[in-house]
Amino acid sequence: MSHVPTFELLRNAFGRLVFNDQSGVTLEGVIPVRSFPITDPDQGIALVDAHGHELVWIERLIDLPEGYRQLIEAELVSREFMPEIKRLHKVSSFITPSTWHVETDRGDTSFSLKGEEDIRRLTNSSLMITDSHGVHFLIRNRLALDRHSRKLLDHFL
Amino acid sequence: MQQTSPLLINTIPSPWADSLSPLLLEEEKVLSWITIDLDTRLYFAEGIAIVTTQRLLVKMASDDAWQAWHYQPDVMLTQRDHAGVGYLELFDGYSRLAYWRYRLGNDLAVNRLIESFAQQRDRHLSGKVFSQDEEQARCPRCGIALSIDQDECPVCEKQTHAPPSTWTLLRLWRFAKPYKGRLLIGFLLTLCSTAATLVPPYLTMPLMDNVLIPYQNGQPIDIELVKLYLSGLLGAAILAWILGWARTYMLALVSERIGADLRTTTYEHLLNLSQEYFGGKRTGDLMARIGAETDRINLFISLHLLDFATDVIMICMTAVILVSINPWLALVTLVPLPIIAWLIHLVRDRLRIGFEKVDRIWAEVNNVLADTIPGIRVVKAFAQEKREAARFLAANQRNLQINDRVNRVWSLFTPTVTLLTEIGLLVVWVFGIWQISKDQITVGVLTAFLAYIGRFYIRLDSMSRIVSVTQKAAAGTKRIFDILDHVSSVPESINPVHLATVQGRIELRNVGFRYGTRSITRNINLEIQPGEMIGLVGHSGSGKSTLVNLICRFYDVTEGAIIVDGHDIRSLPVTEYRKHIGLVLQEPFLFYGTIAENIAYGKPDATHADIVAAARAAHAHEFILRLPHGYDSLVGERGQALSGGERQRISIARALLINPRILILDEATSSVDTTTEKDIQKALDNLVRGRTTIAIAHRLSTLREANRLVVLDRGRIVEIGNHVELMSREGYYHRLYQAQARNVDTEERGFIPVVEPHSVVGDHK
Repeated sequence: MSHVPTFELLRNAFGRLVFNDQSGVTLEGVIPVRSFPITDPDQGIALVDAHGHELVWIERLIDLPEGYRQLIEAELVSREFMPEIKRLHKVSSFITPSTWHVETDRGDTSFSLKGEEDIRRLTNSSLMITDSHGVHFLIRNRLALDRHSRKLLDHFL
Repeated sequence: MQQTSPLLINTIPSPWADSLSPLLLEEEKVLSWITIDLDTRLYFAEGIAIVTTQRLLVKMASDDAWQAWHYQPDVMLTQRDHAGVGYLELFDGYSRLAYWRYRLGNDLAVNRLIESFAQQRDRHLSGKVFSQDEEQARCPRCGIALSIDQDECPVCEKQTHAPPSTWTLLRLWRFAKPYKGRLLIGFLLTLCSTAATLVPPYLTMPLMDNVLIPYQNGQPIDIELVKLYLSGLLGAAILAWILGWARTYMLALVSERIGADLRTTTYEHLLNLSQEYFGGKRTGDLMARIGAETDRINLFISLHLLDFATDVIMICMTAVILVSINPWLALVTLVPLPIIAWLIHLVRDRLRIGFEKVDRIWAEVNNVLADTIPGIRVVKAFAQEKREAARFLAANQRNLQINDRVNRVWSLFTPTVTLLTEIGLLVVWVFGIWQISKDQITVGVLTAFLAYIGRFYIRLDSMSRIVSVTQKAAAGTKRIFDILDHVSSVPESINPVHLATVQGRIELRNVGFRYGTRSITRNINLEIQPGEMIGLVGHSGSGKSTLVNLICRFYDVTEGAIIVDGHDIRSLPVTEYRKHIGLVLQEPFLFYGTIAENIAYGKPDATHADIVAAARAAHAHEFILRLPHGYDSLVGERGQALSGGERQRISIARALLINPRILILDEATSSVDTTTEKDIQKALDNLVRGRTTIAIAHRLSTLREANRLVVLDRGRIVEIGNHVELMSREGYYHRLYQAQARNVDTEERGFIPVVEPHSVVGDHK
């Protein structure tokens, strides 16, 4: 069910989202934020202004008109950076800090793991690894990794 | 032209430099550069952005040519970041020209890139030449300003930590080294006692061949010979007993000392780690490491390692003896050895991983306890006992699961070794009987072999146990060295400046702090005069506490510098610097001990007169005297219960006693009611007098005394001035004050009935 939203959204030449509401307030640099980025990414997206105040609450993205949805999705894509690890090539040592060379859905890279406590168990099979700079790497299903990766990973769990 | 010292082109990684050098114009100099490791879709890719004296040059690995932007009016290079990924954006007055993405890692390089871009743009437009703020030494790698006495950049130094090596157990040598001499004696004793235990089986050979076999063949028993052999047996046994006692005692003594040293060193190191480390660790885990792990290592050295050394020596000696008696039989006897060694090796890896897992899951079980027990009031209030029990059960289940898996391998191990032992003995029997039938050996030799090999295999069996204990000890050692290897993120300066006295002039220069990926404060510039009182005001999360933590050097700034009396605080010895700071926190922490000890915490050699004077000044003297044991009353955990206000006044007395030049009050009056606050406020007035004070207070009314108020919002300073100025400006502070004035009214009205009975209760304590 797609209803008409009570606000206007567009992207300006500076690459920022601009928000107009019914009372004629115009705000630049509006940011969409997911409420549950990991557990339920499509439910509950808030548009917040540059100061972090909530402007609109969007229950589900599909409720929005096509154009707005694309704008928001494009902005989310450019903000969300959670590479999903597909394969572990090599880890420099089983003792932290260690450098991991991995293949992700965004290409090959390496990162440094500060300690085992930076590996967080999301569910029984999915893990989130935070590197030394705070970038989150996701392992969606560690049981589905190949044998070599599982073996390397197993040392840290 | 003393510019930011121009970077040489050869600091740029070579593939980029090669394609760049033909492009550079004459006179064009590279000023700064950063590598870009993401493309605009946030896929991993490589690229580089360079600021030169003429333009901005960018190339991604997939691009064929360099992109260039020349300096024009209105062009602007900016940076922002979110969740560990930075945006570098180039604007002109009308639109965004380009943008790049990168993973955060070297903030300073990015800031420097932007800074030099802005400088060059202004230089091109106005023709003006910029002089860098003084001729300050800068780190060649990241461009941070270094103070005169620093040779090495504190930032770069911090980032280069090599991962520790795998041979963790050998690293224990560092702790064994002081006991070298005693260890050597212990080793020699081991050697002798082992040799002594090998005498009895050897004597079975002549006993058999010269006494028993001849007797069976009809000759009488030679009593003298029997006496000789048997006294030899007894002598060897007694010698082995004495030597065994001596070596066990000696080595247990040493290992106990090594364990104690390990524990103390780890704890000392732990105490010196920065606040950041404690924020990221859980209490249960740290306690387990220092307590249980060191004990395990200790046990390993005193018991298992000793046994293992004895075993190895015994095997070597036995092998030599066996070969000297009969090389062929010895060969057959020793054949199973490599098989067992191979088996041990096979299981080693699996077991080590398994035991590490067991340790980790054990810490997890502890953590559940450490979480729940301190929070028991919340658990009970929300009636979540069942849920917490379930959480513990789940952790325990995982513990079981992992232990089961380890035990599956482990349980197979010992029986296999036993089986191999039996088979080995069988082989010796078969070959021995065959050799006797060929008259190659005597019955005595076979008996001696069987006696030796019995011990030999028993030792092999126990040696196989060393695999698991070594792995456990190695895992424990690793976890200990994890702490020991952790470099404090607040490192001591290499050549520190010692300040005998501090005046208390504090200067914040361009201070920025980032926690993880979250940028908490940015571009804070503030000068605080000696003796001035500054109030920090702002919503929660505006960065007040962060600023205080930075000034105390619980964390180090990620950008800029904090300068006290003209010295960067990173160049001062940490503990010496903190001695000049008095800290009064929202939740005063009292250690278990007497009130006098708690007041004298920062200055243990204070006289009783000093303590009483400090307590008087803190308005704590009278209530302390009302306690049954006065200054000797026990407080802290399991001690005398004190109210929040009383505890706070003790902590103020504690701060007063060390007579610091710099005083920090972090919400010192927030957790008490308004009446108590007035008492505390009086105590604080004594404390503040003549000291540089930085106070954070939620209730703005408590900051009226402040010379200046600094209003913070989202990590930036938005207003500075005294109460009257800020009120007349009708800005941020005014709004904050108005909002609070309304709340305080209702709060005070609500408090009146509560306050009365509270103070009565307080008196009866």
